Amino acid sequence: MSRFGDWLNERFPARELMREHMTEYYAPKNFNIFYYTGSLLLLMIALQLVSGFLLMAHYVPTSADAFNSVQGIMYDTKWGWLIRYMHVDGVSLIFILLYLHIGRGLLYGSYRKPRELLWIIGYLTYIMMMGEAFFGYVLPFGNLSYWAGQVITSIIHAVPFVGPGLTTLARGGPGVGTATLERFLALHAVLWFLIIAALIVMHILALHQVGSNNPDGIEIKKTKGADGHPLDGIPFHPYYTVKDIFGVGVWLTVFAAIIFYAPTMHGVFLERTTFFRANPMVSLPDVTPPWYLAPYYAMLRAIPNKYLGIGLMALAITLPFLLPWLDRNPVRSSRYRPVYRVMIIIMAITFFTLAWVGEQPPLPKYFIVERMGAVLYIGFYLLLPIISSIEPTRKVPERVRS
Amino acid sequence: MNKIILSLLLGLLPIVSHAEQGLKLDHVRIDLSDQASLQRGARIFVNYCLSCHNAAYLRYNRMGHDLGISNQLVKQDLLFATNKIGDRMRAAMPAADAKKWFGVAPPDLTLEARYRGPDWIYTYMHSFYRDPKSFSGWNNTVFPHVAMPFVLYGWQGEQRAVFRNVKLVSHVMENGKAVTEVTEERVFSHFVLAKPGTMTPKQYDLAIRDLTNFMVYMGEPAKLERIRIGVYVLIFLAVFLVLAILLKKEYWKDVH
Repeated sequence: MSRFGDWLNERFPARELMREHMTEYYAPKNFNIFYYTGSLLLLMIALQLVSGFLLMAHYVPTSADAFNSVQGIMYDTKWGWLIRYMHVDGVSLIFILLYLHIGRGLLYGSYRKPRELLWIIGYLTYIMMMGEAFFGYVLPFGNLSYWAGQVITSIIHAVPFVGPGLTTLARGGPGVGTATLERFLALHAVLWFLIIAALIVMHILALHQVGSNNPDGIEIKKTKGADGHPLDGIPFHPYYTVKDIFGVGVWLTVFAAIIFYAPTMHGVFLERTTFFRANPMVSLPDVTPPWYLAPYYAMLRAIPNKYLGIGLMALAITLPFLLPWLDRNPVRSSRYRPVYRVMIIIMAITFFTLAWVGEQPPLPKYFIVERMGAVLYIGFYLLLPIISSIEPTRKVPERVRS
Repeated sequence: MNKIILSLLLGLLPIVSHAEQGLKLDHVRIDLSDQASLQRGARIFVNYCLSCHNAAYLRYNRMGHDLGISNQLVKQDLLFATNKIGDRMRAAMPAADAKKWFGVAPPDLTLEARYRGPDWIYTYMHSFYRDPKSFSGWNNTVFPHVAMPFVLYGWQGEQRAVFRNVKLVSHVMENGKAVTEVTEERVFSHFVLAKPGTMTPKQYDLAIRDLTNFMVYMGEPAKLERIRIGVYVLIFLAVFLVLAILLKKEYWKDVH
């Protein structure tokens, strides 16, 4: 390369990094549509950083002015509405991608040995993202923000011994107010974001250490050609970079269509109650979380006892960590495991039914749905060790199907 | 006095939430491209609503610019509470006085259409009726016991509400036995126009439609902009997408 290139590489491992992670990182050639989600998540999180930075430049974290400053962004700041809709709709789109990304891991057994740590880091990132989203939707300080902030921080109250102290610490006082907004902004924009960024770097490093799984769940490193490269693998760059650019084109079209033509998505991405200033005197008939957190909220409500409900929710959130060890079948991909495939389909339907029911008012007719959902969700993880050790499997081919 | 009002309000809370659940709203056709309608709506809003309510997130010159009204005309016809065209649209009445007179400070209306929805506003403005028992002499079926007096009664005239009694059958468990309880409840049936106003019902519908249209604009002025700009963004992305497909095909030729 050029003299500048040589000068640079003596001082910084640019070429080495490029080789290791791009041109000589061999990825299976049979990636399907699910495999766009990783690069798209990276793109969307980068966009959140940019839009978040611009929003923060105009935001005032006080209970008196937070709502006004957000409306200032919507009304007075040049392109402010665009930046805010990007940031707000970006969250929902990130969670759609996350659920597809996690669902893909379930479908093709990507959590299995040797990818246990990859799964755990990824799942931890998802949990951190839920916190990030929560801090974020308290900040605009509409009435939904206020009550969601009150309700969620009161959940910590149930922690034995230190609960009440933790709630006061989280709020910065007895109730949600200026102190809450200040610390939530610091958490949202600095600490939580840095942790998420670090986890993503670790996730990618772990991925490149073990190599990508694929829809067939076959280890491509097992069949190598004369040149020592996997026969079913292709270099990430240029093949998957150009493919991902196409994915970015499709995704940004969807993103733009939402931002410009349905930014609130009929109240699903941006709720009506966020347009009413926070008011402790005006309680909302029912405070429901955004759609992406609703499944856990539905499980929380499934048991009408505060401690047991929170216990069930905590269990539902932590069980997926154990997945690499709960699955005992030697075959990875659900393509060759018909029973496991049916289980995953039931799990997906359960999860989104819980998301729907979590948005409904707390009426008796929904309790049965919440409880059945909770039983199916927990049942998936409890039954997996038994079913996976006795389920029939199809013959797994030697090479990936193209 | 305040205590009495407060206890009245608190006592009414369950009724309010109950009434709102079974509410049927009339549909209003919103068309932000109808600039004449938006201008008429702005005139109604500034002349009537803005006397007591703020619309403080919007500025006069922004409104004029978006609605195709020149600064000269805005100054001449719409600027009452201030003389600076760059000012936020604030109520002519001081909030402290308003609170003293009505019991509550009239809420800011900039985001009302986004919070309540256009159908709510349209129906609300049709649902005032004479109620001698209420504080202001007016009541509203959409927002029962609202503190706001009916400002446009000169236009619509005076409505009277006709109620009917409905039998409510509820099944409850008492000492392990299913018991059926029948109670009577007074529910709203329809309005009668007791004294006609200066407008015919048709004219009044159109005026309120213009007002609602304007309030939808006011809730999100950027909507005019984003619908226009979105087309260009999508065209750009379509071109980008074609190039991306061609690039991908070219590279993937040698993958078998």
